[in-house]
Amino acid sequence: MVLIKRTALLVGLPVVSLAIWWLASAGSTDPYFPSLQKILAAFGPTWFEGGSGARILVDGVPSLLRLLTGFLLAVVIGVLGGVAIGLTTRVRAFFEPTLELMRAIPGPVLVPIISLFAGIGDGMKVAVIVTGCLWPILLNTVEGVRGVDPVMKETARSYHMRGLFRIRHLIIPAALPPIFAGMRQGLSVGIILMVISEMFAASNGLGFSVVQFQRNFAIPQMWTGILVLGLLGVAMSMIYRVIERSTLKWYHGMRESAKES
Amino acid sequence: MKINRWMLPLLGVLGLLTFAAVGEALPRFGIVREDDLPPTSIVLTRLIEMLGTADVWRAIGDTVVVWALGLTIATAAAIILGFLLGLFAPLRAATASTVEFLRPIPSVALIPLVVLLFGPRYESGLVLVIYAAFWQVLVQMMYGVTDTDPVADETARSYHFSIWGRIRHVLWPTALPYLMTGFRLAATVALVLTVTAQLLIGTPGLGQLITLSESSGQVPTTYALVLITGLMGVLVNLGVRWVEGRLLAWHPSIRAEVL
Repeated sequence: MVLIKRTALLVGLPVVSLAIWWLASAGSTDPYFPSLQKILAAFGPTWFEGGSGARILVDGVPSLLRLLTGFLLAVVIGVLGGVAIGLTTRVRAFFEPTLELMRAIPGPVLVPIISLFAGIGDGMKVAVIVTGCLWPILLNTVEGVRGVDPVMKETARSYHMRGLFRIRHLIIPAALPPIFAGMRQGLSVGIILMVISEMFAASNGLGFSVVQFQRNFAIPQMWTGILVLGLLGVAMSMIYRVIERSTLKWYHGMRESAKES
Repeated sequence: MKINRWMLPLLGVLGLLTFAAVGEALPRFGIVREDDLPPTSIVLTRLIEMLGTADVWRAIGDTVVVWALGLTIATAAAIILGFLLGLFAPLRAATASTVEFLRPIPSVALIPLVVLLFGPRYESGLVLVIYAAFWQVLVQMMYGVTDTDPVADETARSYHFSIWGRIRHVLWPTALPYLMTGFRLAATVALVLTVTAQLLIGTPGLGQLITLSESSGQVPTTYALVLITGLMGVLVNLGVRWVEGRLLAWHPSIRAEVL
């Protein structure tokens, strides 16, 4: 009974909304808002037909690779840089205003700047994604390193924990929750920048195909593209959450027990 | 060496100056082509020149209007919906999955649609800004309203507080810190989407000027404009933090810094 109720709550509203969309758009003659039936009918042929030339492979895979490469590079640079900067008060004070300025620059305006250096190839897109994802991760790492519990620091000192051992077993674990929060922000910025850089200038990619559909007034196809981008966002956020849950299990457990007590 | 009060801000200024010096040196010594990265002095001169022209101020104005309008609409809608969900638990349970699904949809996916609907008019940017900012605030509001102290809520009920009273005295103070977090994130995202619309769709504003200057090869102008958007971003961050400090002066997270 509980299970049924839960499932009903989970899928109830989505099903109702889809049904309303289906019914309200049925027989639609508005060229920009085709019926859901038409959109779904166009979905398969648009993305999955054509074997190895299918759009999901030709455009989807390069997009995903750019996003993942850019995001992972940003994580590595951000965490390493953040730890290096966050460990000493003076180094942090030296970098902080500059980093705040860099972070405040809206990511998309970097697209024209980076294309000056890197042309309009894959390198440009990855560089754009890295520079966009980097700041939230870097600054959150700095914050996390700074916020390590002083008692833990003292304890580590009295056990003579030093150097890399100290970073590996004290600093990084303690800074992980804010780092993950930064990664979450970084990931959503990354998806935005992936799409934008492909809309700006590209010969393949999800952002590129959606804009192509729109320019050719292939409206149902354009809607399927919007759906694919939406599903990509949802999928990335789900994968991210699974990784976050398993990595930060100890942290969530700690918070739960703190709440209960 | 002891760290005194002036040293840290001074180091920060030194950091900015070093950064500017590196930007000056790289093209001067030919490490980077001057066409790709103009020396800092040239960019700054161009920036000051441009701040004397009406065009740039009009673009800044257009940007601020879309940003502020979108952010206000999104925040107001999210607050109202957040309270409704906070007051009625069944409603919250029924909408949770939908919110979780709609939230990660990147707002830029809507670009082709708004291009068809509005073309290069400011409504295009507004739609993107509202969509992006709304979820940031709503999600935090949902965390906030579920965090209400059950004892406080029960007490308010047994004293027969009206719905309005419960919102004002129980939900609002609990949700406010969460709301401010959401608002801070939304303010940044809203600026990103405002500029994106101008950059890609050509709605009037700073982003449009950036595209124009880049395609006509005026690289120092491009850099100066990017710097302006960065300074706007800094002002947005400082402004939101100031508001947060004023509104939450009573809250432990802010009070702790003073104590």
